[in-house]
Amino acid sequence: MSAVLAAHGVHVRFGQARILDGVDVAVAAGELVALVGPNGAGKSTLLSVLSGDTAPDEGRVELDAVDVRAMRLDQLARRRAVLLQENRLSFPFPVADVVRMGRAPWRGTAREDADDEVVARSLDTADVSHLAARRFPTLSGGEKARTSFARTLAQEPGVLLLDEPTAALDIRHQEALLDEARRWARAGASVVVVLHDLTLAAAYADRVVVLDSGRVRGDGAPADVLTSELLTDVYRHPIEVIRGPGVDELVVLPVRTAALLETR
Amino acid sequence: MTTTLERPTTGAPARTRSTALFVGLALALVVLAVLSAGIGQLHVAPSEVVGSILHRIGLDWGPSPAHPNGDAALWAIRFPRVVMAALVGAALATGGALMQGVFGNPLADPGVVGVSSGAAVGACTVIVFGLAFAGPWTVATMAFVGGLLTTILVYLTARENGRTEVVTLVLTGVAVNAVAGAALALLTFLGDTQAREQIVFWQLGSLNGTRWPYVAVVAPIVLLGIGGAVAVARRLDLLALGERSARHLGVDVERLRVVCIVLVALLTAGAVAFCGIIAFVGLVVPHLIRMAVGPGHRVLIPASALGGAVLLLAADLVARTAVPYADLPIGMLTALVGGPFFFWLIRRTRRSAGGWA
Repeated sequence: MSAVLAAHGVHVRFGQARILDGVDVAVAAGELVALVGPNGAGKSTLLSVLSGDTAPDEGRVELDAVDVRAMRLDQLARRRAVLLQENRLSFPFPVADVVRMGRAPWRGTAREDADDEVVARSLDTADVSHLAARRFPTLSGGEKARTSFARTLAQEPGVLLLDEPTAALDIRHQEALLDEARRWARAGASVVVVLHDLTLAAAYADRVVVLDSGRVRGDGAPADVLTSELLTDVYRHPIEVIRGPGVDELVVLPVRTAALLETR
Repeated sequence: MTTTLERPTTGAPARTRSTALFVGLALALVVLAVLSAGIGQLHVAPSEVVGSILHRIGLDWGPSPAHPNGDAALWAIRFPRVVMAALVGAALATGGALMQGVFGNPLADPGVVGVSSGAAVGACTVIVFGLAFAGPWTVATMAFVGGLLTTILVYLTARENGRTEVVTLVLTGVAVNAVAGAALALLTFLGDTQAREQIVFWQLGSLNGTRWPYVAVVAPIVLLGIGGAVAVARRLDLLALGERSARHLGVDVERLRVVCIVLVALLTAGAVAFCGIIAFVGLVVPHLIRMAVGPGHRVLIPASALGGAVLLLAADLVARTAVPYADLPIGMLTALVGGPFFFWLIRRTRRSAGGWA
């Protein structure tokens, strides 16, 4: 499999702090890669480097074998979409208008004709159709996150980079979002998702990349990477990995402290 | 998930509303312009105003002004003033809308953050030192330079992570206005009696004494500024998502910022060059337009230009006619209405804690 999006020997430093320390990651077409790791591991920075926002101090990121920092912004926008952790809006646009903003890169192309249809479908997929006329600032956190996800989908990207897209969502919408992300991957897109919920990562990802202190500690199929030893070491907390009975599914659980069990 | 067949956009009713707004504002502009040209110490009936214009463009329709000096008064004094009021109002409101878009904050206004004062310092320098390096364009050029420097200064100091908090913005405005005030005080001190009088007139803001040559300088500046603002409108919508998200959608944020800063300085310079400081138009008009048709800049910017023209025409009419035989400073009038409005906006912002619904 040839990589669509690849980071080669990426180093990022903020002053003395080494945020990313020689990271190599590659994502192929049709693949959903989950990026996991503790707070401050460098997940968001890596996503920012992959999206072309942050220039690495060393190394480079290639999209379709071209350096992302050398690509034109409008061409990049037609190829990849990014969903950030925080989604704020300076002015109270209605939800439908926000989602329509995702169509901006296709303005002046033949695909512009499909705008209405794509916007409607994206609203529907993210389950925000009923909020179409509502103003963005009046939405709840989860509704905002889903609206932003719809905007990302409306961009019809070949490469989808999602930074903790499920953080504000309830269980139903978490599952629906990752299901949709995987559907995009199956349709040929390359998807990178930053996740904190390791069980969720195990269920939906084709591959899991474990990041710790700016380095890749594990990269492979969920069952191979998400082991009790590695996770306990990376998260500095005892973690148990349980394989579901009869099904090929992993459940990742933190080991509760004796103190907690005593207070029950 | 659920399937809906109806088109889930707010498109149709929103479009009807903005069309109604444009038609209403355009009508108000025409009616006000005709009325305003006719009202004054020398009264000319609206039908005669229209007749006078039609005769000039070679159509022999309608009555000519009955008063022997009517036609001359219209063309030498009233019309340039009416045109200037519309241009300056449009420039101020468009500048405000543009600034709010690029600062991501609906409280940004060239007057509030001190860009108008900066432009005034530039213009007053010309008055005091009698500069004339660019002929009739000297005042406008220096006002542009002053406005540009202040816009850049405010932009660099007031923003944090691509956004400007209200408190930071207002306090930056206080600081910039203080420094510009000091510079104006120094210029007032240095100038002779005539220059002092001119500077005072300037700070009050007035359309009194507008002549066609001034209009000829201001019109191209303002039209260029408005044209530029309309051209960046779509990108300003995307900028509302934040700088990174706008960039992800293909907007060259750096370039957009530079273009907007130059446009704001241009519009402010055009407004300030001959008419002095007229505050709060850039704050009030875009806000009202947003309340009527929403925040989309493709409607907001042209509608603000029209609305600003209407507002300033009306304000100038009041300034000329409220007190018989006195031409009140228009800057005083707009501040009198705009000040409390600004106060109300700040109170509302605090209550809704950043939610600009």
